[in-house]
Amino acid sequence: MARTRYAPDRGLTVRMTVTMFLLGLVFVAFVALIIGIMTAVHASAASIVLIALIFGGGSAFASLFYSDKIALATAGARVVSPQEAPELHGIVDRLCAMADMEKPTVAIAPTDLPNAFATGRNSKHAVLCVTNGLLRRLDGAELEGVLAHEMSHVAHKDVQVMTYASLLAIVAGLLVRFAFYSELFGGGGRRGGNNNQNAFPIILAIMVVSAVVYAISFLLIRLLSRYRELAADRSAAQLTGQPSALKSALVKVSGAMSQIPNQDLRAAEPLNAFFFAPALNLRNKQATLSTMFSTHPSLEKRIEQLDKIQRELGQVSPE
Amino acid sequence: MGFLDTLLGRTKPVQPKLDDLFGLPSAAITLEAATGLTPTGSGSVCFRAVEGKTFKDVQDDVHELLDMDAGKPGGGLPVEVTKDTYGYTWIVSSHMSDETQALVTDLHAVNSALVDNGFGPQLLCTLVAFRDSNERRLALVYLYKRGTFYPFAPLAGERRNNALELEVKGALGDDLKFEQDLSRWFPVWGAPGL
Repeated sequence: MARTRYAPDRGLTVRMTVTMFLLGLVFVAFVALIIGIMTAVHASAASIVLIALIFGGGSAFASLFYSDKIALATAGARVVSPQEAPELHGIVDRLCAMADMEKPTVAIAPTDLPNAFATGRNSKHAVLCVTNGLLRRLDGAELEGVLAHEMSHVAHKDVQVMTYASLLAIVAGLLVRFAFYSELFGGGGRRGGNNNQNAFPIILAIMVVSAVVYAISFLLIRLLSRYRELAADRSAAQLTGQPSALKSALVKVSGAMSQIPNQDLRAAEPLNAFFFAPALNLRNKQATLSTMFSTHPSLEKRIEQLDKIQRELGQVSPE
Repeated sequence: MGFLDTLLGRTKPVQPKLDDLFGLPSAAITLEAATGLTPTGSGSVCFRAVEGKTFKDVQDDVHELLDMDAGKPGGGLPVEVTKDTYGYTWIVSSHMSDETQALVTDLHAVNSALVDNGFGPQLLCTLVAFRDSNERRLALVYLYKRGTFYPFAPLAGERRNNALELEVKGALGDDLKFEQDLSRWFPVWGAPGL
Protein backbone atom coordinates (compact mmCIF):
# COMPACT_ATOMS: atom_id res chain seq x y z
CA MET A 1 0.00 0.00 0.00
CA ALA A 2 2.76 2.39 0.89
CA ARG A 3 4.67 1.46 -2.22
CA THR A 4 3.52 4.02 -4.74
CA ARG A 5 4.46 7.06 -2.70
CA TYR A 6 8.09 5.97 -2.93
CA ALA A 7 7.81 4.34 -6.32
CA PRO A 8 10.96 3.39 -8.20
CA ASP A 9 11.35 5.06 -11.57
CA ARG A 10 10.72 2.34 -14.17
CA GLY A 11 11.99 4.48 -17.05
CA LEU A 12 15.27 5.19 -15.28
CA THR A 13 15.66 1.51 -14.44
CA VAL A 14 15.12 0.53 -18.07
CA ARG A 15 17.55 3.14 -19.40
CA MET A 16 20.19 2.10 -16.90
CA THR A 17 19.72 -1.57 -17.77
CA VAL A 18 20.08 -0.84 -21.49
CA THR A 19 23.26 1.18 -20.87
CA MET A 20 24.79 -1.60 -18.82
CA PHE A 21 23.74 -4.16 -21.40
CA LEU A 22 25.45 -2.13 -24.12
CA LEU A 23 28.58 -1.82 -21.99
CA GLY A 24 28.54 -5.58 -21.55
CA LEU A 25 28.03 -6.05 -25.27
CA VAL A 26 30.99 -3.81 -26.10
CA PHE A 27 33.03 -5.77 -23.58
CA VAL A 28 32.13 -9.13 -25.12
CA ALA A 29 32.76 -7.83 -28.64
CA PHE A 30 36.10 -6.43 -27.53
CA VAL A 31 37.23 -9.67 -25.94
CA ALA A 32 36.04 -11.64 -28.98
CA LEU A 33 37.91 -9.37 -31.38
CA ILE A 34 41.11 -9.44 -29.36
CA ILE A 35 40.95 -13.21 -29.10
CA GLY A 36 40.24 -13.36 -32.83
CA ILE A 37 43.23 -11.18 -33.57
CA MET A 38 45.41 -13.15 -31.23
CA THR A 39 44.47 -16.50 -32.73
CA ALA A 40 46.04 -15.11 -35.87
CA VAL A 41 48.80 -15.68 -33.32
CA HIS A 42 51.47 -13.36 -32.40
CA ALA A 43 53.57 -13.52 -29.32
CA SER A 44 54.27 -9.79 -29.24
CA ALA A 45 50.58 -8.91 -29.72
CA ALA A 46 49.54 -11.38 -27.03
CA SER A 47 52.00 -9.98 -24.54
CA ILE A 48 50.78 -6.44 -25.20
CA VAL A 49 47.20 -7.46 -24.44
CA LEU A 50 48.28 -9.33 -21.34
CA ILE A 51 50.32 -6.43 -20.01
CA ALA A 52 47.44 -4.01 -20.64
CA LEU A 53 45.04 -6.33 -18.78
CA ILE A 54 47.36 -6.65 -15.80
CA PHE A 55 48.16 -2.95 -15.63
CA GLY A 56 44.62 -1.76 -16.30
CA GLY A 57 43.00 -4.27 -13.97
CA GLY A 58 45.63 -3.69 -11.32
CA SER A 59 45.31 0.07 -11.33
CA ALA A 60 41.50 -0.12 -11.33
CA PHE A 61 41.44 -2.42 -8.31
CA ALA A 62 44.10 -0.45 -6.50
CA SER A 63 42.11 2.74 -6.98
CA LEU A 64 38.96 0.94 -5.82
CA PHE A 65 40.70 -0.50 -2.78
CA TYR A 66 42.32 2.76 -1.72
CA SER A 67 39.56 5.03 -3.06
CA ASP A 68 38.76 6.47 0.39
CA LYS A 69 42.38 7.32 1.20
CA ILE A 70 43.18 8.59 -2.30
CA ALA A 71 40.11 10.85 -2.41
CA LEU A 72 40.73 12.28 1.05
CA ALA A 73 44.38 12.95 0.27
CA THR A 74 43.55 14.56 -3.08
CA ALA A 75 40.93 16.82 -1.54
CA GLY A 76 43.19 17.62 1.41
CA ALA A 77 40.29 16.60 3.62
CA ARG A 78 40.46 15.86 7.32
CA VAL A 79 38.32 13.31 9.15
CA VAL A 80 36.28 15.08 11.84
CA SER A 81 35.01 13.63 15.11
CA PRO A 82 31.47 14.18 16.44
CA GLN A 83 32.90 16.67 18.95
CA GLU A 84 34.48 18.76 16.20
CA ALA A 85 31.45 18.87 13.91
CA PRO A 86 28.37 17.99 15.97
CA GLU A 87 25.79 19.34 13.51
CA LEU A 88 27.27 17.50 10.54
CA HIS A 89 27.49 14.26 12.51
CA GLY A 90 23.96 14.80 13.81
CA ILE A 91 22.57 14.99 10.29
CA VAL A 92 24.52 11.93 9.17
CA ASP A 93 23.49 9.95 12.29
CA ARG A 94 19.83 10.62 11.63
CA LEU A 95 20.03 9.84 7.93
CA CYS A 96 21.77 6.54 8.74
CA ALA A 97 19.05 5.65 11.24
CA MET A 98 16.33 6.53 8.72
CA ALA A 99 17.94 4.50 5.95
CA ASP A 100 19.19 1.69 8.22
CA MET A 101 22.74 2.18 6.98
CA GLU A 102 26.13 1.94 8.61
CA LYS A 103 27.58 5.30 9.45
CA PRO A 104 30.33 6.42 7.08
CA THR A 105 33.45 8.28 8.15
CA VAL A 106 32.81 12.02 7.99
CA ALA A 107 35.44 14.42 6.64
CA ILE A 108 35.70 18.12 5.83
CA ALA A 109 37.83 19.59 3.05
CA PRO A 110 39.12 23.14 3.53
CA THR A 111 38.00 24.31 0.08
CA ASP A 112 35.73 27.21 -0.66
CA LEU A 113 34.20 25.51 -3.69
CA PRO A 114 30.81 24.14 -2.60
CA ASN A 115 31.00 20.40 -3.15
CA ALA A 116 30.61 17.00 -1.53
CA PHE A 117 31.61 13.48 -2.40
CA ALA A 118 31.31 9.97 -1.06
CA THR A 119 33.77 7.22 -1.79
CA GLY A 120 35.15 3.95 -0.44
CA ARG A 121 35.07 0.42 -1.76
CA ASN A 122 32.13 -0.67 0.42
CA SER A 123 29.84 0.65 3.11
CA LYS A 124 32.34 -0.32 5.85
CA HIS A 125 35.03 1.87 4.29
CA ALA A 126 32.74 4.63 3.08
CA VAL A 127 33.86 8.22 3.52
CA LEU A 128 31.57 11.20 3.25
CA CYS A 129 33.32 14.48 2.59
CA VAL A 130 31.97 18.01 2.37
CA THR A 131 33.83 21.23 1.71
CA ASN A 132 33.82 24.28 3.93
CA GLY A 133 32.26 26.20 1.04
CA LEU A 134 29.28 23.86 1.07
CA LEU A 135 28.82 24.11 4.83
CA ARG A 136 28.91 27.88 4.59
CA ARG A 137 26.48 28.29 1.71
CA LEU A 138 23.75 25.75 2.47
CA ASP A 139 21.21 25.80 5.26
CA GLY A 140 20.40 22.72 7.34
CA ALA A 141 17.75 21.16 5.11
CA GLU A 142 19.77 21.75 1.94
CA LEU A 143 22.89 20.25 3.51
CA GLU A 144 20.81 17.26 4.60
CA GLY A 145 19.65 16.80 1.00
CA VAL A 146 23.22 16.84 -0.33
CA LEU A 147 24.39 14.41 2.36
CA ALA A 148 21.46 12.10 1.61
CA HIS A 149 22.44 12.22 -2.08
CA GLU A 150 26.02 11.23 -1.26
CA MET A 151 24.87 8.50 1.12
CA SER A 152 22.66 7.12 -1.65
CA HIS A 153 25.81 6.76 -3.73
CA VAL A 154 27.23 4.65 -0.90
CA ALA A 155 24.03 2.59 -0.65
CA HIS A 156 24.00 2.03 -4.42
CA LYS A 157 27.69 1.01 -4.29
CA ASP A 158 28.40 3.49 -7.06
CA VAL A 159 32.17 3.48 -6.55
CA GLN A 160 32.24 -0.26 -7.22
CA VAL A 161 29.78 -0.15 -10.09
CA MET A 162 31.60 2.67 -11.86
CA THR A 163 35.01 1.03 -11.33
CA TYR A 164 33.82 -2.21 -12.93
CA ALA A 165 32.15 -0.24 -15.69
CA SER A 166 35.29 1.73 -16.50
CA LEU A 167 37.61 -1.28 -16.33
CA LEU A 168 37.04 -1.92 -20.03
CA ALA A 169 37.78 1.65 -21.00
CA ILE A 170 40.99 1.63 -18.95
CA VAL A 171 42.25 -1.57 -20.57
CA ALA A 172 41.24 -0.40 -24.04
CA GLY A 173 42.92 2.96 -23.49
CA LEU A 174 46.13 1.28 -22.32
CA LEU A 175 46.06 -1.05 -25.33
CA VAL A 176 45.95 1.88 -27.72
CA ARG A 177 48.96 3.40 -26.02
CA PHE A 178 50.94 0.16 -25.77
CA ALA A 179 50.21 -0.80 -29.36
CA PHE A 180 51.28 2.67 -30.46
CA TYR A 181 54.56 2.53 -28.58
CA SER A 182 55.36 -1.02 -29.65
CA GLU A 183 54.73 0.16 -33.19
CA LEU A 184 57.19 2.99 -32.70
CA PHE A 185 59.92 1.15 -30.87
CA GLY A 186 59.29 -2.53 -31.41
CA GLY A 187 58.71 -2.38 -35.14
CA GLY A 188 62.12 -0.99 -35.90
CA GLY A 189 63.53 -4.26 -37.24
CA ARG A 190 65.12 -5.61 -34.09
CA ARG A 191 63.27 -8.85 -34.63
CA GLY A 192 63.34 -11.12 -37.66
CA GLY A 193 61.90 -9.73 -40.86
CA ASN A 194 59.20 -12.36 -41.26
CA ASN A 195 57.97 -11.89 -37.73
CA ASN A 196 57.86 -8.16 -38.14
CA GLN A 197 55.74 -8.10 -41.25
CA ASN A 198 53.07 -10.18 -39.56
CA ALA A 199 53.14 -8.10 -36.41
CA PHE A 200 52.43 -4.80 -38.08
CA PRO A 201 48.84 -5.35 -39.27
CA ILE A 202 47.94 -7.20 -36.07
CA ILE A 203 49.15 -4.43 -33.81
CA LEU A 204 47.45 -1.88 -36.02
CA ALA A 205 44.19 -3.84 -35.79
CA ILE A 206 44.42 -4.02 -32.01
CA MET A 207 45.02 -0.30 -31.93
CA VAL A 208 41.98 0.52 -34.07
CA VAL A 209 39.68 -1.87 -32.23
CA SER A 210 40.83 -0.58 -28.86
CA ALA A 211 40.39 3.03 -29.90
CA VAL A 212 36.83 2.40 -31.05
CA VAL A 213 36.01 0.41 -27.92
CA TYR A 214 37.51 3.13 -25.78
CA ALA A 215 35.38 5.82 -27.43
CA ILE A 216 32.13 3.86 -27.19
CA SER A 217 32.65 2.71 -23.62
CA PHE A 218 33.67 6.22 -22.59
CA LEU A 219 30.34 7.60 -23.77
CA LEU A 220 28.41 4.73 -22.18
CA ILE A 221 30.18 5.22 -18.86
CA ARG A 222 29.31 8.90 -18.87
CA LEU A 223 25.71 7.99 -19.62
CA LEU A 224 25.67 5.45 -16.80
CA SER A 225 27.16 8.01 -14.44
CA ARG A 226 24.38 10.49 -15.26
CA TYR A 227 21.73 7.84 -14.57
CA ARG A 228 23.34 7.00 -11.24
CA GLU A 229 23.30 10.68 -10.28
CA LEU A 230 19.58 10.79 -11.01
CA ALA A 231 19.07 7.60 -9.00
CA ALA A 232 20.94 9.13 -6.05
CA ASP A 233 18.84 12.31 -6.28
CA ARG A 234 15.70 10.19 -6.23
CA SER A 235 16.73 8.12 -3.21
CA ALA A 236 17.84 11.25 -1.36
CA ALA A 237 14.56 13.06 -1.93
CA GLN A 238 12.56 10.05 -0.82
CA LEU A 239 14.73 9.53 2.25
CA THR A 240 14.43 13.08 3.53
CA GLY A 241 10.94 13.72 2.19
CA GLN A 242 12.18 17.17 1.14
CA PRO A 243 12.71 17.25 -2.64
CA SER A 244 12.51 21.04 -2.63
CA ALA A 245 15.43 21.40 -0.22
CA LEU A 246 17.53 19.28 -2.56
CA LYS A 247 16.39 21.34 -5.53
CA SER A 248 17.41 24.51 -3.80
CA ALA A 249 20.78 23.00 -2.87
CA LEU A 250 21.37 21.98 -6.49
CA VAL A 251 20.52 25.43 -7.73
CA LYS A 252 22.82 27.04 -5.17
CA VAL A 253 25.74 24.70 -5.76
CA SER A 254 25.60 24.98 -9.52
CA GLY A 255 25.82 28.72 -9.09
CA ALA A 256 22.60 29.26 -10.98
CA MET A 257 21.01 31.10 -8.09
CA SER A 258 21.67 34.31 -9.97
CA GLN A 259 19.37 33.06 -12.70
CA ILE A 260 16.37 33.45 -10.41
CA PRO A 261 15.83 37.17 -10.43
CA ASN A 262 15.47 38.77 -7.02
CA GLN A 263 13.72 41.77 -8.48
CA ASP A 264 10.06 41.80 -9.32
CA LEU A 265 9.83 40.94 -12.99
CA ARG A 266 7.27 43.64 -13.63
CA ALA A 267 9.57 46.30 -12.23
CA ALA A 268 12.23 45.77 -14.84
CA GLU A 269 10.11 44.10 -17.44
CA PRO A 270 11.71 45.05 -20.75
CA LEU A 271 15.04 43.60 -19.77
CA ASN A 272 14.23 40.89 -17.31
CA ALA A 273 11.22 39.26 -18.88
CA PHE A 274 13.43 36.97 -20.91
CA PHE A 275 16.07 36.48 -18.28
CA PHE A 276 15.75 32.69 -17.93
CA ALA A 277 14.77 31.41 -21.30
CA PRO A 278 17.24 33.02 -23.72
CA ALA A 279 20.14 32.24 -21.44
CA LEU A 280 19.13 28.61 -21.48
CA ASN A 281 18.30 28.51 -25.17
CA LEU A 282 21.69 29.86 -26.13
CA ARG A 283 23.29 27.06 -24.23
CA ASN A 284 21.09 24.45 -25.86
CA LYS A 285 22.94 24.81 -29.15
CA GLN A 286 25.95 23.11 -27.65
CA ALA A 287 23.95 21.25 -25.09
CA THR A 288 23.70 17.92 -26.90
CA LEU A 289 27.44 17.54 -27.24
CA SER A 290 28.37 18.75 -23.79
CA THR A 291 25.70 16.62 -22.10
CA MET A 292 27.02 13.52 -23.85
CA PHE A 293 30.40 14.06 -22.22
CA SER A 294 29.33 15.20 -18.79
CA THR A 295 29.21 12.98 -15.73
CA HIS A 296 26.24 14.79 -14.22
CA PRO A 297 22.80 15.35 -15.72
CA SER A 298 21.78 18.90 -16.43
CA LEU A 299 20.30 20.96 -13.63
CA GLU A 300 17.00 21.16 -15.52
CA LYS A 301 16.75 17.39 -15.76
CA ARG A 302 17.53 16.89 -12.09
CA ILE A 303 14.99 19.47 -10.99
CA GLU A 304 12.39 18.00 -13.29
CA GLN A 305 12.82 14.60 -11.65
CA LEU A 306 12.58 16.10 -8.17
CA ASP A 307 9.38 17.87 -9.16
CA LYS A 308 7.94 14.49 -10.03
CA ILE A 309 8.97 12.99 -6.69
CA GLN A 310 7.45 15.97 -4.93
CA ARG A 311 4.11 15.16 -6.59
CA GLU A 312 4.43 11.45 -5.75
CA LEU A 313 5.11 12.18 -2.08
CA GLY A 314 2.16 14.55 -1.97
CA GLN A 315 -0.41 12.12 -3.31
CA VAL A 316 -3.48 12.25 -1.12
CA SER A 317 -4.02 8.50 -0.98
CA PRO A 318 -1.35 6.09 -2.17
CA GLU A 319 -2.81 3.15 -4.04
CA MET B 1 19.53 -4.26 -0.57
CA GLY B 2 19.56 -6.94 -3.21
CA PHE B 3 22.15 -7.32 -5.95
CA LEU B 4 19.72 -6.14 -8.63
CA ASP B 5 18.75 -3.06 -6.62
CA THR B 6 22.40 -2.15 -6.22
CA LEU B 7 23.05 -2.63 -9.91
CA LEU B 8 20.09 -0.48 -10.84
CA GLY B 9 20.63 2.16 -8.17
CA ARG B 10 17.31 1.65 -6.46
CA THR B 11 16.76 2.02 -2.76
CA LYS B 12 13.56 0.77 -1.27
CA PRO B 13 12.57 3.09 1.56
CA VAL B 14 12.91 1.12 4.78
CA GLN B 15 9.58 0.33 6.42
CA PRO B 16 9.46 0.70 10.20
CA LYS B 17 9.20 -2.23 12.60
CA LEU B 18 6.55 -1.35 15.17
CA ASP B 19 5.88 -4.45 17.29
CA ASP B 20 8.88 -4.47 19.60
CA LEU B 21 7.75 -1.18 21.10
CA PHE B 22 5.18 -3.06 23.18
CA GLY B 23 7.94 -4.66 25.24
CA LEU B 24 8.49 -1.30 26.97
CA PRO B 25 6.00 -1.47 29.88
CA SER B 26 7.41 -4.71 31.25
CA ALA B 27 10.97 -3.54 30.63
CA ALA B 28 10.20 -0.39 32.64
CA ILE B 29 9.41 -2.57 35.67
CA THR B 30 12.64 -4.53 35.29
CA LEU B 31 14.59 -1.29 34.90
CA GLU B 32 13.17 0.16 38.11
CA ALA B 33 14.00 -2.99 40.04
CA ALA B 34 17.57 -3.09 38.72
CA THR B 35 18.61 0.57 38.67
CA GLY B 36 15.96 2.65 40.43
CA LEU B 37 15.14 4.57 37.26
CA THR B 38 11.41 5.17 36.91
CA PRO B 39 9.44 6.37 33.87
CA THR B 40 8.66 10.06 33.92
CA GLY B 41 5.48 9.34 31.98
CA SER B 42 6.70 11.30 29.02
CA GLY B 43 7.58 9.89 25.64
CA SER B 44 7.89 11.09 22.08
CA VAL B 45 7.87 10.00 18.47
CA CYS B 46 10.35 11.59 16.09
CA PHE B 47 9.84 11.65 12.34
CA ARG B 48 10.94 13.59 9.29
CA ALA B 49 7.99 15.53 7.97
CA VAL B 50 7.43 15.37 4.22
CA GLU B 51 6.95 18.72 2.54
CA GLY B 52 3.50 19.51 1.28
CA LYS B 53 -0.06 19.59 2.53
CA THR B 54 -0.81 15.84 2.50
CA PHE B 55 1.65 15.10 5.27
CA LYS B 56 0.55 18.15 7.24
CA ASP B 57 -3.04 16.89 7.13
CA VAL B 58 -2.02 13.46 8.43
CA GLN B 59 -0.01 15.07 11.21
CA ASP B 60 -2.92 17.30 12.21
CA ASP B 61 -5.25 14.29 12.32
CA VAL B 62 -2.89 12.44 14.67
CA HIS B 63 -2.62 15.49 16.88
CA GLU B 64 -6.39 15.74 17.11
CA LEU B 65 -6.77 12.03 17.79
CA LEU B 66 -4.29 12.07 20.66
CA ASP B 67 -5.80 15.15 22.25
CA MET B 68 -9.30 13.64 22.37
CA ASP B 69 -8.51 11.75 25.57
CA ALA B 70 -6.44 14.51 27.16
CA GLY B 71 -7.54 15.49 30.65
CA LYS B 72 -9.66 12.37 31.15
CA PRO B 73 -8.39 9.77 33.68
CA GLY B 74 -5.52 7.90 32.06
CA GLY B 75 -5.64 10.17 29.07
CA GLY B 76 -2.60 12.26 29.89
CA LEU B 77 -1.87 15.86 28.96
CA PRO B 78 -2.46 17.36 25.52
CA VAL B 79 0.39 16.41 23.19
CA GLU B 80 3.10 18.85 22.23
CA VAL B 81 4.48 19.11 18.71
CA THR B 82 7.94 20.58 18.29
CA LYS B 83 10.50 20.79 15.53
CA ASP B 84 14.18 20.31 16.33
CA THR B 85 17.20 22.01 14.78
CA TYR B 86 17.68 19.11 12.36
CA GLY B 87 14.22 19.65 10.90
CA TYR B 88 12.68 16.58 12.53
CA THR B 89 9.26 16.76 14.15
CA TRP B 90 8.66 15.43 17.68
CA ILE B 91 5.24 14.58 19.04
CA VAL B 92 5.51 14.48 22.83
CA SER B 93 2.93 12.66 24.89
CA SER B 94 2.83 13.11 28.68
CA HIS B 95 1.12 10.77 31.11
CA MET B 96 1.35 9.93 34.80
CA SER B 97 4.52 8.02 35.63
CA ASP B 98 2.64 4.77 36.21
CA GLU B 99 0.83 4.88 32.87
CA THR B 100 3.55 3.47 30.63
CA GLN B 101 1.05 1.24 28.89
CA ALA B 102 -1.15 4.22 27.94
CA LEU B 103 1.93 6.13 26.83
CA VAL B 104 3.03 3.34 24.52
CA THR B 105 -0.50 3.15 23.10
CA ASP B 106 -0.32 6.88 22.30
CA LEU B 107 3.06 6.52 20.64
CA HIS B 108 1.77 3.58 18.65
CA ALA B 109 -1.17 5.66 17.44
CA VAL B 110 1.29 8.08 15.83
CA ASN B 111 3.20 5.22 14.21
CA SER B 112 0.18 3.53 12.78
CA ALA B 113 -1.31 6.77 11.47
CA LEU B 114 1.89 7.49 9.53
CA VAL B 115 2.21 3.90 8.30
CA ASP B 116 -1.46 3.72 7.25
CA ASN B 117 -1.04 6.82 5.15
CA GLY B 118 2.06 5.47 3.46
CA PHE B 119 4.55 7.60 5.41
CA GLY B 120 6.08 4.75 7.43
CA PRO B 121 9.61 5.33 6.08
CA GLN B 122 9.58 8.81 7.62
CA LEU B 123 9.69 7.47 11.21
CA LEU B 124 13.07 7.95 12.92
CA CYS B 125 12.81 6.91 16.55
CA THR B 126 10.69 6.87 19.66
CA LEU B 127 11.93 7.96 23.02
CA VAL B 128 10.66 7.13 26.52
CA ALA B 129 12.11 9.10 29.41
CA PHE B 130 13.27 7.77 32.79
CA ARG B 131 14.63 9.45 35.90
CA ASP B 132 15.80 8.43 39.37
CA SER B 133 15.94 10.07 42.77
CA ASN B 134 19.48 11.29 42.09
CA GLU B 135 18.20 13.20 39.04
CA ARG B 136 19.98 10.87 36.66
CA ARG B 137 18.23 11.07 33.32
CA LEU B 138 17.89 8.32 30.76
CA ALA B 139 15.95 7.72 27.60
CA LEU B 140 15.26 4.42 25.96
CA VAL B 141 15.37 5.11 22.26
CA TYR B 142 13.60 2.78 19.86
CA LEU B 143 14.99 2.73 16.32
CA TYR B 144 12.10 2.04 13.97
CA LYS B 145 14.13 0.82 11.04
CA ARG B 146 16.14 -1.65 13.14
CA GLY B 147 13.43 -2.65 15.61
CA THR B 148 15.98 -2.24 18.41
CA PHE B 149 16.43 -0.12 21.53
CA TYR B 150 19.39 1.75 22.90
CA PRO B 151 19.87 3.83 26.05
CA PHE B 152 20.79 7.49 25.96
CA ALA B 153 21.87 9.18 29.20
CA PRO B 154 22.76 12.85 28.73
CA LEU B 155 24.93 14.73 31.20
CA ALA B 156 25.44 18.47 31.39
CA GLY B 157 27.43 19.97 28.51
CA GLU B 158 26.58 17.45 25.78
CA ARG B 159 28.34 14.54 27.38
CA ARG B 160 26.93 11.05 27.75
CA ASN B 161 26.90 8.88 30.84
CA ASN B 162 28.23 5.82 29.04
CA ALA B 163 28.53 3.82 32.26
CA LEU B 164 24.83 4.22 33.00
CA GLU B 165 23.94 3.40 29.40
CA LEU B 166 25.90 0.18 29.48
CA GLU B 167 24.49 -0.67 32.91
CA VAL B 168 20.97 -0.31 31.52
CA LYS B 169 21.82 -2.47 28.51
CA GLY B 170 23.10 -5.13 30.89
CA ALA B 171 20.00 -4.95 33.06
CA LEU B 172 17.49 -5.04 30.22
CA GLY B 173 19.33 -7.22 27.74
CA ASP B 174 16.85 -10.07 28.15
CA ASP B 175 13.69 -7.95 28.14
CA LEU B 176 14.26 -5.79 25.08
CA LYS B 177 16.02 -6.25 21.79
CA PHE B 178 19.05 -3.99 22.18
CA GLU B 179 21.03 -2.49 19.34
CA GLN B 180 24.30 -4.44 19.31
CA ASP B 181 26.11 -2.04 16.98
CA LEU B 182 27.23 0.72 19.38
CA SER B 183 27.96 3.11 16.49
CA ARG B 184 24.22 3.35 15.95
CA TRP B 185 23.60 4.68 19.47
CA PHE B 186 23.49 8.23 18.18
CA PRO B 187 22.95 11.06 20.66
CA VAL B 188 19.65 12.94 20.69
CA TRP B 189 20.71 16.09 22.52
CA GLY B 190 17.88 18.31 23.60
CA ALA B 191 15.20 15.83 22.66
CA PRO B 192 11.85 17.16 23.85
CA GLY B 193 10.33 15.27 26.77
CA LEU B 194 13.66 14.05 28.10
